[in-house]
Amino acid sequence: MEKHSIDHLEGICSQVRRDCLRMVHAVQSGHPGAALGMCEYVVALFFNEMEHDSDFKMDGKGEDLFFLSNGHVSALWYSVLARSGYFGVPELGTFRKINSRLQGHPATEEGLPGIRIASGSLGQGLSVGIGAAQTKKLNQDDKLVYVMMGDGEQQEGQVWEAAMYAAHHKVDNLIAAIDLNRQQIDGPTEKVMDLIDLGAKWEAFGWQIVNIEKGNDMASVLEGLAKAKSLTGQGKPVMILLHTEMGYGVDFMVGTHKWHGVAPNDEQLENALGQLEETLGDY
Amino acid sequence: MEKTLDLKYTYTEKKDTRSGFGDGLLEAGRNNPNVVGLCADLIGSLKMGAFQKEFPERFFQVGIAEANMIGLAAGMTIGGKIPFTGTFANFSTGRVYDQIRQSVAYSDKNVKICASHAGLTLGEDGATHQILEDLGMMRMLPHMTVINPCDYNQTKAATLALVDHVGPAYLRFGRPSWPIFTPADQKFEIGKAWKMIDGKDVTIFATGHLVWEAVVAEAMLREEGISAEVINIHTIKPLDTEAILDSVAKTGCAVSAEEHQLNGGLGDSIAQTLIRNHPAPLEYVGVNDSFGESGTPTQLLEKYGLNAENIVKKAKIALRRKSG
Repeated sequence: MEKHSIDHLEGICSQVRRDCLRMVHAVQSGHPGAALGMCEYVVALFFNEMEHDSDFKMDGKGEDLFFLSNGHVSALWYSVLARSGYFGVPELGTFRKINSRLQGHPATEEGLPGIRIASGSLGQGLSVGIGAAQTKKLNQDDKLVYVMMGDGEQQEGQVWEAAMYAAHHKVDNLIAAIDLNRQQIDGPTEKVMDLIDLGAKWEAFGWQIVNIEKGNDMASVLEGLAKAKSLTGQGKPVMILLHTEMGYGVDFMVGTHKWHGVAPNDEQLENALGQLEETLGDY
Repeated sequence: MEKTLDLKYTYTEKKDTRSGFGDGLLEAGRNNPNVVGLCADLIGSLKMGAFQKEFPERFFQVGIAEANMIGLAAGMTIGGKIPFTGTFANFSTGRVYDQIRQSVAYSDKNVKICASHAGLTLGEDGATHQILEDLGMMRMLPHMTVINPCDYNQTKAATLALVDHVGPAYLRFGRPSWPIFTPADQKFEIGKAWKMIDGKDVTIFATGHLVWEAVVAEAMLREEGISAEVINIHTIKPLDTEAILDSVAKTGCAVSAEEHQLNGGLGDSIAQTLIRNHPAPLEYVGVNDSFGESGTPTQLLEKYGLNAENIVKKAKIALRRKSG
């Protein structure tokens, strides 16, 4: 994969954030908060880190794979997929509309290139990613599997079934990440259901932990991903704790759960777009 | 009682249908290197030990974590593996319904969900484990194929057929030792009902263990001068509606027989087919909106009316309704 400068990657992030907000605004539904917060990480994966082919093949043999377990962050993934060539950028305008391939939550049913499994009902993506990673091993395919989860999602029991399994079976071709924005729909995670020390939990389950303290700083994200990659192949799965700000990039959206699943109105959109440079051209 | 009857199908050996699965899986593993097995701490109960022993690198012990198992299996299909998951029918369906719905059915993944100890014939463990709703849950899911074979040989044949079938599937089998009355060399055609006995007065549509009871019921009815047709509906979905309608066009009435709730089961499927195309009297043999309980398989089948005697009774009611 061709490597890009940090400036270039940040430029892509600005455009992707514009896409996300415009998509959510157009249908007055969707989840802008985490999409803005996870932007640097997902852009870094698709534009810099993963070896992947935008000429999509479901089997993904010989490619790094990405699974979005917290599927409500679909706008971000769709924008990144479109901007990296999986499908035409104008199709972003169909997000969440009738007869669209861009369903509210990611799905394979309509055949959108880039999506390998449906997600949205939380807690399932890590299991799927581990399964795909084990198939890679059986196929002598040395590429990696990346799984993205939310922090509220850590409240789902299946996540911990998967955690136990991956360590027991030494699934070390897997890099999972938790979007640690400390927010969920009903409020801060510490008030809804305290996650306490997630790093200690995952470590106790037998995983290697990488903290990316500045998850909205591209240089930190790239550095953290390099560290995570260096830990693969050592008999243990790898977990990135990605510390982000929900709503990052738009001053009135940042750091609050209030924009988890709320669309901006016309005025708010204009205000937000004024804070984000149009680098690649709006769809 | 059955020994004095002139049965159209007989048996010399009894075996559990789960062993048909276990032996089928082993053969499938030998035939196809992409077949992988997953089990949630029930290797012995599911008869997956031989596969595990011969193909340790293709077998995954998941522990008591069925939700994870379904997700893993869905993920393993990405890259071409054909995963067969194994646990009790209860934990293969109700416990993991959302995982199956999203990661397998909606995502159209080539996962084979293999479920043992289904229905009342699980026996002494009681109602917590005797799932009677699984066929209904599974047949409601778009993309899902649902198979409920009748004996050891048919279960083995179904297991092998699933290797070449691309798409999500649910395979249901059980624990008790049961007559082996279908041929070892049978060709299993998914979605194609098997007319086992020709008749003209009433059709018995049976699935799973109750196909044997239908065979016995046919002989009992014949002794009373009633000609019953017996159709083995091993595939609940897609349902062979053509075979159902052809038969009822001839006989004019029917009985469904299944080790399952009446709500959502085979009988419901047949009723739906008949009411749309060819309304005719249909009587049901199945569990009527109740849970099971502890007991031996024979005691339970008798208490809940899932046996040949009750099929005969229901066939006569159907006949009366037809002529009345």
